[in-house]
This record gives sequence, C-alpha cells and structure tokens, in this order.
Amino acid sequence: MISLTIDGVRVQAEEGETVLQAAKRAGIRIPTLCHLEGLSPRGACRLCLVEVRNWGGRLVPSCATPVQEGMEIVANSPRLRELRRTILEMIFAERNHICAFCVSNGHCELQDLAMELGMDHVRFPYRWPLLPLDLSHEKYGIDHNRCVLCGRCVRACAEVEGAMTWGFSGRGIFTLVEADLGDPWGKSKTCTGCGKCVQACPTGALFEKGKATSEQMKRPEIILEVTERRPRA
Amino acid sequence: MKRISVLLCSGSACQSSGALAVKQALVQAIAQHDLGEEIQVVETGCMGPCELGPILLVYPDGTYYIRVKPADVEEIVVEHFLKGRPVRRLLWSAPAPEPRTIPFFARQKKIVLENCGQIDPEKVEEYIAVGGYEALAKVLTQMTPEEVIAEITRSGLRGRGGAGFPTGKKWEAVRTAKGNPKYVICNADEGDPGAFMDRAILEGDPHSVLEGMAIAAYAVGAEKGYIYVRAEYPLAVKRLEVAIAQARKLGLLGPRIFETPFSFDIELRIGAGAFVCGEETALIASIEGKRGEPRPRPPYPATSGLFGKPTLINNVETFANVRHIILRGADWFSQIGTNTSKGTKVFALAGQVKNTGLVEVPMGITLRELIFDVGGGVPEGREFKAVQIGGPSGGCLPASLLDVPIDYESLKQYGAIMGSGGVIVLDNTSCMVNVAKFFLEFTADESCGKCVPCRVGLRMMLAILEKITRGEGGEDDLVRLEELGRIIQSTALCGLGQTAPNPVLSTLRYFHEEYLAHIRDKACPAAVCPNLIYYEILADLCRACDLCRRACPTGAIQGKPRNPPYHIMQERCIRCGACAEACPFGAVVKRPGRKG
Repeated sequence: MISLTIDGVRVQAEEGETVLQAAKRAGIRIPTLCHLEGLSPRGACRLCLVEVRNWGGRLVPSCATPVQEGMEIVANSPRLRELRRTILEMIFAERNHICAFCVSNGHCELQDLAMELGMDHVRFPYRWPLLPLDLSHEKYGIDHNRCVLCGRCVRACAEVEGAMTWGFSGRGIFTLVEADLGDPWGKSKTCTGCGKCVQACPTGALFEKGKATSEQMKRPEIILEVTERRPRA
Repeated sequence: MKRISVLLCSGSACQSSGALAVKQALVQAIAQHDLGEEIQVVETGCMGPCELGPILLVYPDGTYYIRVKPADVEEIVVEHFLKGRPVRRLLWSAPAPEPRTIPFFARQKKIVLENCGQIDPEKVEEYIAVGGYEALAKVLTQMTPEEVIAEITRSGLRGRGGAGFPTGKKWEAVRTAKGNPKYVICNADEGDPGAFMDRAILEGDPHSVLEGMAIAAYAVGAEKGYIYVRAEYPLAVKRLEVAIAQARKLGLLGPRIFETPFSFDIELRIGAGAFVCGEETALIASIEGKRGEPRPRPPYPATSGLFGKPTLINNVETFANVRHIILRGADWFSQIGTNTSKGTKVFALAGQVKNTGLVEVPMGITLRELIFDVGGGVPEGREFKAVQIGGPSGGCLPASLLDVPIDYESLKQYGAIMGSGGVIVLDNTSCMVNVAKFFLEFTADESCGKCVPCRVGLRMMLAILEKITRGEGGEDDLVRLEELGRIIQSTALCGLGQTAPNPVLSTLRYFHEEYLAHIRDKACPAAVCPNLIYYEILADLCRACDLCRRACPTGAIQGKPRNPPYHIMQERCIRCGACAEACPFGAVVKRPGRKG
C-alpha cells in the first residue's frame, strides 16, 4: 500500500492506482472530462489537473498520474479552480456549445462542468468554425461543432469494441474525429454500429438519430460494465 | 600519402550553394592536369561558416577558399596546386597554415564537431583513423556498465536537446528500471526553425552518434536502438544508412561486438514532418506506429517507454559527446564550461549576423562573445536589437542582457532557454511583436491538438497578437496575453505547449514599449506591420521618373512625369512596398505610424 495526502486527507492506495482513483475513494471530487472509467487514461482535457506540493508545485493530470509514496496533493484550491475554469472557457470558445440548441441539453457533462466550476461567461472570442455534420450512419450522427476532442469515442471503439473505426485526423485546432480514413460514418467498413462511442461521448457531438433531446440520455457507465463483464486475460 | 588534400564541405548548406558542381569541376581539372596521383578530393561534413559556402580547405597548408564557383576551380588548380600561389581573391583571410587564427574559429572549442569538415563521413576508415570506436572498445573491454555511468555522471554532461536533464542520471534510471528488453533511442527530429546542429553532426560525423548510442546501450543494458530522424534531412538519412551498413560490416554493430557478449543494432525511423515528434513521448508513439502525440509523464520513458519497456532517449549532440568523455575522462570534460553546465554547446547562428553558420563554444561564454566575436556582429549600418535563443520554445533577449553567460540556468532565469541551440540575431529592422507572432504561429500550427491549453489557448494568444499588429489592440490585451501565457505554461501537456508562450512572454517583458507603440500610437516602430506604417515620397529626392506610379497596384500614386514631386494617396495605399522597390533614388520611404 502507498500512502499519500490529498487536500490534507491521508489516503491509502494500491500501487498502480491513479491519483484520481485514490481521491475518488476518499470522497474528494476532482472534475474530469476526457477521463472515463473503463478506458485508458488520456490526460488531454487538463480539467483534472492537481498540484503536487512536493514536486515543486507541478500540475499533473490526476487521471493519468500513478500514485507515489508520500505525494502531497492539492486537488482543490482557488488557483486550481481558476485554471480549470479558464480551460473550460477555452473549450467553450473553441467550437459551438450553445446549449439551447443541443441534443444533450440538460444531460451534458460539459454543461454540468460549467455549472460546477461557476463558469458564467466566456472571456475569449468564440471561434464558431462551422464544421460539418455527418448523418450518413443509419442509427447515429456526429456533429463536429459539439466535439471537445476528448477521444472517449476513439478509445471506446478501439479498446472496448475493438473496431478501431474512430481516429483523429489533422492536428492542432484543425483536429477532427473521423471514421476510418475520413470516410462518411455510414460508409465505414469497420463500424459495427454498436453505439459505444455515442454512449461514451460527454457532449452532444455523437447522438442517436430520431430521438428528442429528453430521450438522449447517455449511459457512459456501460463502458465500465462491459469491460468488467469481459473475462480477464 | 597524397601531396595535397582538398577538403570540400558538402553539408546540406554547401550542397545547396553548389558544392557538388565544384567537386565535379575539381575532379575534372585534376584529371586534366594529370594530378590524380598527387591530389585527393574529400567530401566532408559541415565546416561551420555556411554563409561562405561552398568552402574548400586545402591541406597541408590549411588554406580556406570561400564562395568557390566551378569557374574558379581551374585557377585554383593551376595557380595553387601547380605553382604554389594561393588564389588571393578567394581566400577567407591571409593564408595561414593554422586555420584557427580566423576570428570565427578562434573562440570556438570543437569537441562534438571535431571531425565535421575534417573527415569523409561516408568512410568508416577515416573515422577509425581519428580514434573512432576506440571509446566503444575501451568500454566493452575495460569498463563495467556501472563505471560507464559513473564516468558520464561525473562529467556533468546534460541533455543537449534543450531541457538539460543530467545524462548520467537518465542512464542510471534506465539501467535500474525493471523490464526487458530495453531500448536506446536517438532523437534526431530537429525541428526548431533555424536550428541545424544535429543535421550537421549526422551529416559530418554519423559514426560518433552510432558509437555514443552503442556505449549508452552497453551502460543501460539494451540491445536495440532506433534513430528517429526527420524526413526533411535526406542527406543525413543517407549518411546514417551508409554508416550503419559500414559499422555492421566491420562488426561494430550487430552480434558480439569486439567479440564480447555485448550485441547491439540500430534501426532508422524516418519522421513524417510533425514538430511535436521531437517531444520524447510523441516520438516514441510515432516509432510504435501510432499518431505522434505526447502522453503525460510520469511514467517517464526510463521506466515505461518504447513498447512499454524501459527506454533511454537522448539527443544527437548528447550521444556525440559520449565518446570524448570516455576517452579523455570526466575530469577533462568537467573543466570546460560553468559550475552547472559542462562541456560545449553547438549553436546555429542565423539572422542578422555576419558569420551565419554552425559554431561550437564552451558553456559559459557570453551572448556578446557568441554574437560579436564568433558571429562577427550585425552587418554594417544595422543595429543589434535582440537575440532569439532556443527556437520557438525560447525567448528574445535585449541588448542589455548581452553579457549573460550561456548556460542552462542563466538563460532560463531571463526567460529564454538553451533549447537545441538555435540563435537568431535580430536588428532594428525586426518588429518584436511580429517576431513573437511568427513563433507563436509556428507552435500553434504544430500543436498536435491533444490538450486544450495548447490547442485552443495558443490560438487565442495568436488572435490577440494579430489584433495588436493590425492596430486594433487595447492595453487590456497585454494583460490577457500575459495571463494566457502563464496558464498555458503551467497546464499544457508537453514541452511544446509549456514553452510555446516564451517568445511572447519574453518580448512582453523586454520590449513592452514596442507593444505599447502598436496599441497607443498605432505605429510599428520597426516599420514592419503593414497596418501600422505608411509610405511617403520625399519631395527633394523625387525625380518624377514615373516608375513608382507604374508599379503601384492600386493606383495610389499621383504625379506627372518630369514634374516632381509625386504624391501617395494614403487612403488608396495598401502598403505593399512596390513603389519603394521600384524607386531608383530612394525617394519612397517607409515610416512607422498612420497618416491620413
């Protein structure tokens, strides 16, 4: 067992566990977005950053950082809250996140985070890049304007379904989640139509066709359920 | 033994200025005069003063010929090689047997670049003749891996890729890490604009890198190595391929090297053109065949690197230092440099400096010595303004900081970094806001898009800079710029994002007035930003030749031929500068600010 402190609370953790897991068990809330139980950590959204006091105050993503003996972690502080809120503002400014017109309005992780972190306005100019909407799949659709590039769909597809349909194309601000080699989703030869990507998606970027907003409740927890039911190698 | 050896610099820079045509002419002329028995022509790696290429170095008298054209070759052969009279008009300086008297070389200390420009990089025999692979033999036959690591640690060598992590400590971490097999990777994905140190080493002395990697592999317990080299370096790739094949043939790579139990082989991996792949975890992902994206550390590559195995990853220049430390000892190496930064550093001098090219200087030398003594200062009639050091991750230092010694800590303290060693000298014709914008454009374009602060934050900073250079910025934008910069520094995932704000933050710190001029006065003091300048025709110089009026694409110039002066209608002018270029009398001038 490894012992560390998180926000002054002494926490015991198993070797190989992440700081986020340890915090969760101790009942300490750390906001996350690209992290999803059952998928490999990505450390990309930077919302779960925590400060490691005895590493010179370095900020590390708690979802991807393994616990180490004697770590002194600050998971919640005015500075961290401010940083998280600024990062959230960046996400909101990047594409189009106007909740009133979104299929995920009311059950969106991004929206929940904005409320949790008190993000009542965005200080950056909105980019609104007008990205395409792909409705070629018979059951699902993808609206890139709502995508936050968390990569949960990419990982769910590769790690849980094993289809590897989704991937990233382009780089920087021009990064897009795309099926196969940029084909329309409906033309994909690898997609099994399982819908795990839709369930894993934290926003309204991936959605089920023919369902009203109130019916679009997603169940990201199925990813963990599926992986836990699977016999271990 | 030949009577005369002609060393012809055939690094990428000299090749692009025509070194191969010179070689062809040289070989022909030598054959014509039937001197084939007496004179040998050797293609070498980079000699350093790239600005002056193509360069010939003639031994035994040590004569440097610069800017040689194929047409000059006949004269050199007849006058110098036959009659013994050096061709004065092509000499760099007075003929001297020891080329080190040239000021460009006098302050340099060549360790890593010792063989560059002296040996034929495509002949392993020449490398062996100057002591090559001796260090590997010494390590394999007389030293334990622990002793090797102790020696490297004692030497004080630090990573030359930019961050300056102690090399011995890194080797130790890989050696003690659990897991098998282990890997050694050479990071040759040199991507900073204006930096070409690693290219020169790979082109001029590839075996020194292979030898350094083999020694490292022995020390950490690896049997397999990769060199990740960018595809934009075709000559380096070719010379590495030749070097690896030759080393394998002689048993210097492969199974049971020097008939010891140690086996080691190296494979090349060619980068696909992403700057971020110079970041170690992105580079590893790229070798694994994945998208070139960094991942959070820890775990560090030393414990979980390539294919999840313990991996040592060092820069080209770091590996090239290793054999010298083994042969001459840690004490010798640690004498050079400062308390915390040992040895030498290779810098690529570029921008407004007389001697652009590649130089190697001891750590601790001041920026002034580097730029003015070695580099020859800024060209006549210009004024030194700033030095951009460390590439897009580095910062701009003003004239008042010229006496800062070059070592990892000092540079960092003032907002720049050692980086891989790109040094760009800027003079009074450079706008610092524009320079910051240039580097930020580069990093924003090269951001992989994985983490939010780098992907979005850099774009936000860039948008603010664009606003300022258009003359639409407010003073609150400077606060926002600084705030964003600090946030990205502390929250971005990898080194690219964490250091990308440096050019902006350092120019904000040292050239605040220039930012304010853009905002308050709507004027670009260096007269660079097109929206914040105007053109004017000086009445007393204008001869009414009509050339400017004809060159103007928008019909903004009024005037009648032979009836000076002409006049620019500011509201029509798009500030393209075509009139200034067309004017033979220098009557059209660019001024900071707005008019009309």
